[in-house]
Amino acid sequence: MMRTAQWEGFRSGKWQETIDVRDFIQQNYTPYEGGGEFLAAPTDRTQKLLHKLENLLALEREFGGVLDIDTNTVTSLLNYKPGYLDRENELIVGLQTDRPLKRGVNPFGGLRMTRDACRAYGYELSRKVEDEFQYRTTHNDGVFRAYNQETRAARHCGLITGLPDAYGRGRIIGDYRRVALYGIDRLIAEKQRDKDSLGLEDMDVDHIRQQEELYQQINFLGKLRDMAAMYGFDITKPAETAQEAIQWLYFAYLGAIKEQNGAAMSLGRVSTFLDIYIERDFRAGRLTEEQAQELMDDFVMKLRMARHLRTPEYNELFGGDPMWITEALGGMGEDGRTLVTRNTFRMLHTLYNLKPSAEPNLTVLWSQSLPEAFKQFCAKVSCDTDAIQYENDDLMRPQFGDDYAIACCVSAMKVGKQMQFFGARANLAKLLLMSLNGGRDEKQNIQVGPVHEPYQGEYLEYDKVLELLDFYRPWLARMYANTMNVIHYMHDKYAYEKTQMALHDTDVHRFMAFGVAGMSVLADSLSAIRYARVRCIRDEETGLITDYEVTGEYPAFGNDDDRVDSIACEQVEAFYRELAKQKLYRNAEPTLSILTITSNVVYGKKTGATPDGRKAGEPFAPGANPMHGREKNGALASLNSVAKLSYRYCKDGISNTFSIVPQALGKTEPERLTNLISILDGYFGQMAHHLNVNVLNRETLIDAYHNPEKYPNLTIRVSGYAVNFYKLTREQQREVISRTFHEVL
Amino acid sequence: MADTGYIHSFQSMGAVDGPGLRFVVFLQGCPSRCIYCHNPDTWEFSGGTPWEPAEVVRKILRYRLYLKNGGVTVTGGEPLAQPGFVAELFRLLHAEGIHTALDTSGIGTPEGIQRVLRHTDLVLADVKFCTEAAYRRYCAMDFGKVCRFLDAVRDAAIPMWVRRVVVPGLNDTPEDIHALLSFLTAYPNTQKVELLPFRKLCLEKYESLGIPFPLRDTPELSESVLSMLSAMLPPHLR
Repeated sequence: MMRTAQWEGFRSGKWQETIDVRDFIQQNYTPYEGGGEFLAAPTDRTQKLLHKLENLLALEREFGGVLDIDTNTVTSLLNYKPGYLDRENELIVGLQTDRPLKRGVNPFGGLRMTRDACRAYGYELSRKVEDEFQYRTTHNDGVFRAYNQETRAARHCGLITGLPDAYGRGRIIGDYRRVALYGIDRLIAEKQRDKDSLGLEDMDVDHIRQQEELYQQINFLGKLRDMAAMYGFDITKPAETAQEAIQWLYFAYLGAIKEQNGAAMSLGRVSTFLDIYIERDFRAGRLTEEQAQELMDDFVMKLRMARHLRTPEYNELFGGDPMWITEALGGMGEDGRTLVTRNTFRMLHTLYNLKPSAEPNLTVLWSQSLPEAFKQFCAKVSCDTDAIQYENDDLMRPQFGDDYAIACCVSAMKVGKQMQFFGARANLAKLLLMSLNGGRDEKQNIQVGPVHEPYQGEYLEYDKVLELLDFYRPWLARMYANTMNVIHYMHDKYAYEKTQMALHDTDVHRFMAFGVAGMSVLADSLSAIRYARVRCIRDEETGLITDYEVTGEYPAFGNDDDRVDSIACEQVEAFYRELAKQKLYRNAEPTLSILTITSNVVYGKKTGATPDGRKAGEPFAPGANPMHGREKNGALASLNSVAKLSYRYCKDGISNTFSIVPQALGKTEPERLTNLISILDGYFGQMAHHLNVNVLNRETLIDAYHNPEKYPNLTIRVSGYAVNFYKLTREQQREVISRTFHEVL
Repeated sequence: MADTGYIHSFQSMGAVDGPGLRFVVFLQGCPSRCIYCHNPDTWEFSGGTPWEPAEVVRKILRYRLYLKNGGVTVTGGEPLAQPGFVAELFRLLHAEGIHTALDTSGIGTPEGIQRVLRHTDLVLADVKFCTEAAYRRYCAMDFGKVCRFLDAVRDAAIPMWVRRVVVPGLNDTPEDIHALLSFLTAYPNTQKVELLPFRKLCLEKYESLGIPFPLRDTPELSESVLSMLSAMLPPHLR
């Protein structure tokens, strides 16, 4: 039995023999069934620090969203001197660069994107960095060397959009807890052992690549150790106190975001893990509740300062400067004990102590069996802050066990055991239009898909349209899979996540996460074709069908009407089945999400008029949401429609965003909380997957649209994540305002 | 069929019409004409979509997971104008273990009222005024009938929430609330009194129906008057 002094006071188990954080948690955590009455208010120190941070954030706003860029230094673990918010008063230290909110440049994903991002904020990428990368292939270079004509055309017209081919792919969650529990030395020793035993195998392509990756992982664990040393910490051994555990864990996360600028850089599932250290310190009499909260407040302040440098085009797709520092909270254990601890409450309580904020992206794993007091607390946090989202633990636990976390918005993965190749989304509404136009893009009149006779006749007939879709869907799936294979081959080759993958098991399971946008537009269009009359309007010059005239009524998605909801389910399943036929890089398991982030606006802009009556250029609904204003039977009917989409085919997540005015949720606060719990229990009881909850009035958003300075902390859930409203583009803000707000009749 | 209901619309989520989350059924047709009515589109008996009680129950069962602390509220229009449908709907809902609430002004036949109350868990009773004259003048209603309905609810020992729309100039004085409270002493089954502020959100509906809104020039009830009047309610009725 391995023993170390730092583990004094923990129950022993197999976690000591092998890297097994879950076992450590199960052996040592203390479930908490009570309410939030024990929570401590922010200390003076916290408030002073927060004040300082708020000033910096205000300055960042004034500077147009970016406070400062270091154009001379390529970001990595050891390239910046230590940085502090307030060195004397910080409890948890570490910044991405040497100054708070200063952004580094990360050209590994792509040089041009870095150059453009600097320029967008009035900077010029330095000669020095340009020179350093002159003889270096970036991920972006590699991808474009291999893309074929089809992919280029599909990208160009927006049939597939948001591909991670010019920056880090993200959506990988390092098990940052391992650094706190085991220390760097042990982690290096384990990886070295894996490398040595792999060296005994035949050296085929897979093993050679794995060998080099293990070399890189070990190398970067060493850099992580040295980075901590620059701040004066020795993280070679396990953490001894709660403060050290948070610090070690944060260093690991910091190393990851210094190295990678992936679109989504989740934190994982750390709160209950950290609770074990806090409880141990309580038992030893070396920590008070106030101090524990202070540590978590300080930790969260650090997370709120994390930044990546993005281009304006990126911000259009993923509005609000998000990092997706997603932390999964709560849930139930496989043995039936709740995984809610006091520290779960502390994490949520930071939304009060530090005011509401979009980051970290706090995600409650909802189970019917969660303690009632915790449900009440979450409902209150939702009503007060609009900053948290819910995902169905009862649905995910059977598939992912009880130590999974959420990558980005809705993608579950076992922490440290599974990773994913992320790949944005295909535009299903455009697939329909392209199918009607013989593979040509309706806006740009270029041939994108294979040539086929366009739809003939004046009125659309359901069966004929389905036949055309059946012809183009397999083509889209193959082209999309090809594109993803190229992206991830090149990302592994030129921008491999060394720190994060060092914090995974060597034998890791890989998903390839595909996505779709425009699902409700497609479903409503097909419903209109089937139940109303849709006349094609052709452009006289090109002959393309560019507009549609709908006469009569049709059942729209979002009314719990099986006539159309079944169409939505069929189309999603059909697309997944095509994806599942493709040969994927590194034998990844295909998964699918219905999630758009804020890209539903851009997708809409790139898509012509659709047979549901939507005009050319109008935004899609976000994620799996019904189209705005078509829900005629109230909030629960809308939820029931989305709940029908099967997680079986959408294991990467089904995002639904729900906005309701407070008055419609109940007359008094206790009523509102109870009713919100009933909504969540009822929705998730049907094995629905995800729900963003906003409890607010449209008028508040309209006021914030006109007077942003009045609402620096106004946070809303958009699609799988939260944003500070003022950080959205004007167009995105208008789209959010136009969404359905469920009201009192 | 005999019990066919004529339905104006469904609202899958109501949170202000009885306890908890409620599926709300709006019936078509109302014999009264309250001058402040905010649903003029439910007045005419000629409209509405026909539904059988069992069909409505099937629809509602899709929501039963949400309704564990709530139930179903039938409103209108005037539910007591379609007693056969409501009674059968409530009976079927009871068989499914779902809580039933009747939102009514109390105008119905004695037999109809008895049929419906047999399967009603909660009555949301509109007590609009406390005098025969006011009822006549502002609602074209018979106060005596309302009282007989309230008596029937009390005699059946069904819990009652009393609702009053407070309209400036009509019933917004402390005396009006005193009168209401003293009137309600005869109804010990009253569990709650809800004062609903007069609003003019319905203006658009009136315009689109081409019906003049008699209270077009009446101001909405202010927050301050509402909270002043609400403060008069005894704690056990809040």
